[in-house]
Amino acid sequence: MPHIRAEGLAVEFPLYHVGARSLKKRLLARTPLRLRQDESNRVVVAALRDLSFVINRGERVALVGGNGAGKTTLLRTLAGIYEPVAGRLEVAGSVGSLIDPAAGMDQVSTGRENIMLRALFRGMDDAEALEMAEEIGQFSGLGEFLDVPVRSYSAGMQVRLSFAMATVITPEVLLMDEWLLAGDADFMQRAQERLGRLVEGADIMVLATHNTKVAREWCTRAIRLEAGRIVADGPVEEVVVDSPPLAPLGVAG
Amino acid sequence: MLQTTMPPPLSVLYVTDANRPRRMERALEDLATGFARWRLAAALARLDIRNRYRGSVLGPFWLSLSTAVMVVALGLLYSTLFSMPLDEYLPYLAVSLIVWNLVSQVVTEGCASLTSAEGVIRQLTLPYTVHALRCVFRNAAAAAHSLPLILVVFLFFGHVPGPEALLALPGLLLLGVNAFALSLILGMVCARFRDIPPIISNVLQLAFFMSPVLWKPELLGEQQAWLPLNPFYTLLEVVRGPLVEGGAALEVWASAIGFTLLSCALSFAFFVRFRGRIAFWV
Repeated sequence: MPHIRAEGLAVEFPLYHVGARSLKKRLLARTPLRLRQDESNRVVVAALRDLSFVINRGERVALVGGNGAGKTTLLRTLAGIYEPVAGRLEVAGSVGSLIDPAAGMDQVSTGRENIMLRALFRGMDDAEALEMAEEIGQFSGLGEFLDVPVRSYSAGMQVRLSFAMATVITPEVLLMDEWLLAGDADFMQRAQERLGRLVEGADIMVLATHNTKVAREWCTRAIRLEAGRIVADGPVEEVVVDSPPLAPLGVAG
Repeated sequence: MLQTTMPPPLSVLYVTDANRPRRMERALEDLATGFARWRLAAALARLDIRNRYRGSVLGPFWLSLSTAVMVVALGLLYSTLFSMPLDEYLPYLAVSLIVWNLVSQVVTEGCASLTSAEGVIRQLTLPYTVHALRCVFRNAAAAAHSLPLILVVFLFFGHVPGPEALLALPGLLLLGVNAFALSLILGMVCARFRDIPPIISNVLQLAFFMSPVLWKPELLGEQQAWLPLNPFYTLLEVVRGPLVEGGAALEVWASAIGFTLLSCALSFAFFVRFRGRIAFWV
């Protein structure tokens, strides 16, 4: 059964190009919390520290926390991109990760060529690729623009294509960054519906987000990260409520 | 939990455990999936070539043209310097230069095989093997635009190699295997230590003059015996020998095969040990 189990998971980023000794010392002196020196004298950033959690089938988890709390790093670790330096991670089920829409997109190629390329990235065969191209063409509503190089698309068209390409998957474990929830209003309505289906179809969803509204709307459980540690984990109403409201920018309304 | 349906059989299980890293298993898996995805690598290589020559009229045939000009110009100059007849020297030089360019290009681009794919590596879960294969395919495509020049030169000078010329094919195969092994190991080493690429390009420049590319090995006299220790020479010679010199010596083949085994072994060992670190290096 699809599940995610993490036990004492830790991920560290080595800062390789911090050569000078004095700079090293200064860095270490200033931020004693997350920067440290490992056994071989490298300065490392502790991106995730001692995370333990179990996510079962049917759970939709929001990862919340400030910038640099480790949300995206955790998503990438779950996707198998970063290997942990300590602890154990088990992800059962086919993983679909929507972390960066533009990754693997070739700006010079046409929309259609990019779709075929994406199919290859996903290891699909020709028949599946054609089927996917058909579906993306329909959903994105790009029409004749599908045969035009992507670099000449407007920003909105690029988002539509990336979104369509990203969401024609039916994974058991869905990993998502909040970029998916940005777009123009007209498109967002159709996007919502499609995302809804994708989320319903997945057995597990993990969504990294800043947006408390999004977290409440889409998720059942929330994990709050702070400086790479879990500080709260529970039903979304409990964890997300105590987030500080966004400071007003001095504009009425 | 209430369970109404049988759970579907799990198709995928990803386990990573820092205490039991199973490095060998994961490296083999990476290689296997990477080779199974060769079509992706080929498509990416094709895009690389296309984007490199975007908007140019001749496109990749610039490679053919610049190689042709180089062969003719250097041929005229050095046949005079070495006082060798042109119809004897030019076929030799054509094979030498074209194969050398191939080798040096593979080594140079191999250094960037992983750093240039940084965007993909950090966003998508993909076998690293794909990036090394992409580099190999890209260079194979470049070779397809320059190797036929050898045929043109042979036809022009009426140089007809014997049946031993077929041995150039296993020679090219050895080059291909090395290209993959080097793209993998250089890609990793150069991602971790950013000072390596300039060192490599210096080594290549030195090797060009120190190896018998422009000059013939006979000119070394007694010292010729040391040549099989130079991997640049032996890997060049396994292609050049069969085409212009009636075959390559046995020790040349032995050295080329030995070097290939060594580069594969080193590359594999590195890959097994450091595969998990690549995402942090690029």
